[in-house]
Amino acid sequence: MAYIGFMSEKPILEKLAVLADAAKYDASCASSGTIKRDSTGTKGIGSTGGMGICHSYAPDGRCISLLKILLTNFCIYDCRFCINRASSNVPRARFNPAEVVRLTLDFYKRNYIEGLFLSSGIIRSEDYTMEQLIEVARLLREEHRFQGYIHLKTIAGASPELIARAGLYADRLSTNVELPTEEGLKSFAPEKTSATIRKTMAGVRVGLDDAADARKGRLLRKAKPPRFAPAGQSTQMIVGADSARDNDILQSATSLYSGYRLRRVYYSAYSPIPDASSDLPPVRPPLMREHRLYQADWLLRFYGFAREEIMIGAQDGMLDLTIDPKLAWALQRRESFPVDINRAPREMLLRVPGLGTKAVERILSARRLGAVRIGDLAKLTASVKKVLPFVTTPDWRPGGLTDSANLRARFAPPPEQMSLAF
Amino acid sequence: MREVTLHNPGDFTEWRSAARPLLAAGVPPQEVLWRHAGESGSLFADSANLDPKRTITLPRELVTIADRVICHRDPAVPSRLYRVVWRALDDRRLLERRTDPDVDWLAKMDKAIRRDLHKMHAFVRFRRLGGSEADRESYVAWFEPEHRILRLAAPFFRKRFYGMDWAILTPDARAIWQSEELSFGPAGTRDEVPDRDIVEDQWRTYYGAIFNPARVKIAAMRAEMPKKYWHNLPEAQDIAPLLAGAAARVDKMRETAVSLANPRSDKWRVRGVAQDAEPGDAIRSLEDISAALKGCTRCPLHCHATQPVPGEGRADARIMLVGEQPGDREDLEGRPFVGPAGQLLDEALAEAGLDRATLYVTNAVKHFKFEPRGKRRLHQNPNTGEIDICRWWLDQERALVQPDIIVSLGGSALRGITGKSPSISSMRGKVHALEGGAQLIATVHPSYLLRLPDQERAAIERRAFIADLARAKAMAESLPNTHGNPNAGFA
Repeated sequence: MAYIGFMSEKPILEKLAVLADAAKYDASCASSGTIKRDSTGTKGIGSTGGMGICHSYAPDGRCISLLKILLTNFCIYDCRFCINRASSNVPRARFNPAEVVRLTLDFYKRNYIEGLFLSSGIIRSEDYTMEQLIEVARLLREEHRFQGYIHLKTIAGASPELIARAGLYADRLSTNVELPTEEGLKSFAPEKTSATIRKTMAGVRVGLDDAADARKGRLLRKAKPPRFAPAGQSTQMIVGADSARDNDILQSATSLYSGYRLRRVYYSAYSPIPDASSDLPPVRPPLMREHRLYQADWLLRFYGFAREEIMIGAQDGMLDLTIDPKLAWALQRRESFPVDINRAPREMLLRVPGLGTKAVERILSARRLGAVRIGDLAKLTASVKKVLPFVTTPDWRPGGLTDSANLRARFAPPPEQMSLAF
Repeated sequence: MREVTLHNPGDFTEWRSAARPLLAAGVPPQEVLWRHAGESGSLFADSANLDPKRTITLPRELVTIADRVICHRDPAVPSRLYRVVWRALDDRRLLERRTDPDVDWLAKMDKAIRRDLHKMHAFVRFRRLGGSEADRESYVAWFEPEHRILRLAAPFFRKRFYGMDWAILTPDARAIWQSEELSFGPAGTRDEVPDRDIVEDQWRTYYGAIFNPARVKIAAMRAEMPKKYWHNLPEAQDIAPLLAGAAARVDKMRETAVSLANPRSDKWRVRGVAQDAEPGDAIRSLEDISAALKGCTRCPLHCHATQPVPGEGRADARIMLVGEQPGDREDLEGRPFVGPAGQLLDEALAEAGLDRATLYVTNAVKHFKFEPRGKRRLHQNPNTGEIDICRWWLDQERALVQPDIIVSLGGSALRGITGKSPSISSMRGKVHALEGGAQLIATVHPSYLLRLPDQERAAIERRAFIADLARAKAMAESLPNTHGNPNAGFA
């Protein structure tokens, strides 16, 4: 394969260091949610299915599941929050597609990774960049029969034909919103518009819908319709770089979930970057805020909460950092509690602080065969202490506890621990 | 007291063939003593023959769980498992009793095994054995699982690494995949595995580079990657130095945070293209409208919609159809009437003898207005303010197409065309002259027909809708043709 880079070639280790460092601000590393697949039929390598696997953890506590790198960190855009923006002084490097393929396979065969997450700075044009990403995925799938996980970044503004091709090879596609509001984008990412980003996401959703229709509409079960990004699409929003509030972020998230069938919205605490743009104060990343947003996101998707309800427990559009958003909501809605563990419908059990989806399923299953008593709770959930003020069982009444003034204080950690949490 | 001696700990087949006759003979758990070979025997042991009294059937789920749990290193497992199985014979719903102590125990043991299995899938690290590039590649790994799970873990590696040879050695046993065949063998030792692999340097480089020193969370790492695994993970030797250097790296970022723009960057950088301008006076064609619509921020609907949906069709059409607003599918594709209502419209047009290709089809409001609800967007009617603001675009389209007949589909369209809000019923069945010379025919929106629950009613309404469309066609035929296109408007 003839290939000419536009800079002097760096050794592979040096390129890897630059291009992995450049990719680490993308929070997504999931390898889950795709179809079951293995290499028995192809006699090559690779398998996917069910839940993803984290092959390692970095000392930042984050899962390492995929080889997450950029094809290049040269970029014609100048997004101010981004380490790879055109005006940044970071060292630049560029892989050629064959090098990425080699790295992916070498890592995969040693069981370091589930697959590849490939992104890129924008070089020449959106379409050119997208084509390069697709070429890597094509080489892996077609030339090397690679059955592992592939996550490709969809370059906002790339043509719909390229998005459709990317979907043939990738398990997941993602287009990052980065900033939740149009104003944020305008001031921090002058080359990006939310209209272009949404249009790209719409293109992915059309591909997903069409593939689903084709599957339903086929006459023969055996006839395999071409698949399209079976692990769906996701996006990322940066938290704390601009002035957007949690309410704005969640509003943007609900809108995106509903419009583009996103599997996930990732929230990434803005983290100081080397060679930062002058208007971004070098602060500690707001990790607790990021955590609360994830919790709120879960409430939206799995617990039947509406954004407006979550904001009941918030102040000025910001989630409570001290306690989790479900508890914050429940403390404002104490008239709904306590609920009877043995009678309450599933929807209500899901709203009890301390009960997760699995615990609720266990309770529903257990109570069919006999009353659940207070002593049983420890077998059904890990957070009995949190649950107690909000439930009744035949042998437990919280009495005045539910309405007691210091209920919040029971759960809020003492103030000096706050600094540890960050 | 009956005594059973197990020779292969973790072997489900052995345990099952011992347990089955005991269960069949009705031997209660308290009368069975389970031992591992090597333990001293009991004086009271009795291994007389057993008479089968019943056939043994168990829930499939329990068998699957037992198959896993037998791998647990807790020596009490064979006996406790026997008790659970014994109880399950007479209590088919035993597993659902999550608060039962035996079931709780089983769930905890199973969870421990599944976690160990998951960690083994994750943390095995292969090293390549020598051999030329041309040979079938061979890899070997040394791994120390907490429990005796090699048998359970091996199929995962077979499916994943079908195309290469590999072996996983553990202190209990080894699994070997060679020439597309899986076999198990005796315990291995660490020395049988090469002490390095050429790719490990790259992997460690990657591990160091992907770590973000500004968000150190050691507890989170150790919760998911406990220290007991570290000595077999090549990257783990870098954890301490990475942590030691993290604070200094962050401080350095903070000190040198503000730097001047890279002077070379201007060469490859593109400047943002401002698309806000709405060249109202430069609209001379339908293409100009489509282009100008992209920058429309006249009302807040553009904030959450994917894109504006311009009208579509012939610039010399004699009939213009005006709908309400784009729906979900229209919003995604950027074209009017391509969703379910569009399909109904196409069918109705065909029945009325009209060809959509000869018409001009547009909406009163160009952006989709919706309420996010879980994974769906629920259509919301545009309010009069939004319709009136968007009328500017509809007027441009009317001025360019100059249709003889405008068919309004639904109330919003009527508002967009007339600027007033008469009821459809008061306008329907008659033809209304509009300013500028076009004739207005008012009818319902096709999505109204889709929403009617009563089939009979829906059929009647559908016929009325088609009749309205047919009236438009008949009228266009009867009017003098003001366009140069003799067939515009007719199928």
